[in-house]
Amino acid sequence: MYDLIVLIILLAVGYIFGRIAEARHYKSILRREQQYRNVVAVASKIPPIGEQLEASILVSGSVVISVDYFKRFLAGLRTLVGGRVVAYESLLDRARREALLRMKKEASKVGANKVFNIKLETSSISKNARGGVGSIEVLAYGTALAPVLQVRL
Amino acid sequence: MIISNMEIIPGKRIKAHMGLVQGSTVRTKHVGRDIMASLKNIFGGELKGYTELLQDAREEAVRRMKEQAQAVGANAVINVRFSTSSVTQGAAELFAYGTAVVLE
Repeated sequence: MYDLIVLIILLAVGYIFGRIAEARHYKSILRREQQYRNVVAVASKIPPIGEQLEASILVSGSVVISVDYFKRFLAGLRTLVGGRVVAYESLLDRARREALLRMKKEASKVGANKVFNIKLETSSISKNARGGVGSIEVLAYGTALAPVLQVRL
Repeated sequence: MIISNMEIIPGKRIKAHMGLVQGSTVRTKHVGRDIMASLKNIFGGELKGYTELLQDAREEAVRRMKEQAQAVGANAVINVRFSTSSVTQGAAELFAYGTAVVLE
């Protein structure tokens, strides 16, 4: 009986705080995506030829983010029937966008407005005993090109 | 020293390849952060402690890679890649590798 009460409390807490946290995070992501819209981030390997002399700087951004208890519970139920796990999709989406934003922030800090050869790497870091996804880390990195005269290191 | 994950450096010519250089570090979290993390596992949200930990570790890996590149006489490392792997429960290896080159 007590177990059930604890479970319900955890689910409720996870649901409420998780929702608030996610809504707030998406709001801040959208705001910062507007702010860093001038930084061009592309995955192409080689920059266009014939531009002015530029300095290359490795920039990266990373984030470790965790899913709440309610969503993990939902995902656990989902494994019974299979199909899309919406709960984790939004987690990964948030993490990727956040990592990219942090990378762009670093790029604009060194005076660059373009980042080439972006790589995204995702790893699940806390493998708990029950084997759940728990928290994931996303790393975004690329080479920022900044006009030589404007480089701020 | 230029660190880049592109295969070329715009505006510079590669004079010599010095081979692969690498740097790695194995880090583990501490109990305090673990408690915070398990709380966050209920509430959801960013684990700032872990983010910092991994960022620090990655910087360390890059620093070691740079040292190795300097030791072989290179002045740039190109085509840098990062990789993360968990060694045991709670410990992660952060690994950075790239090609050391001499630029003109």
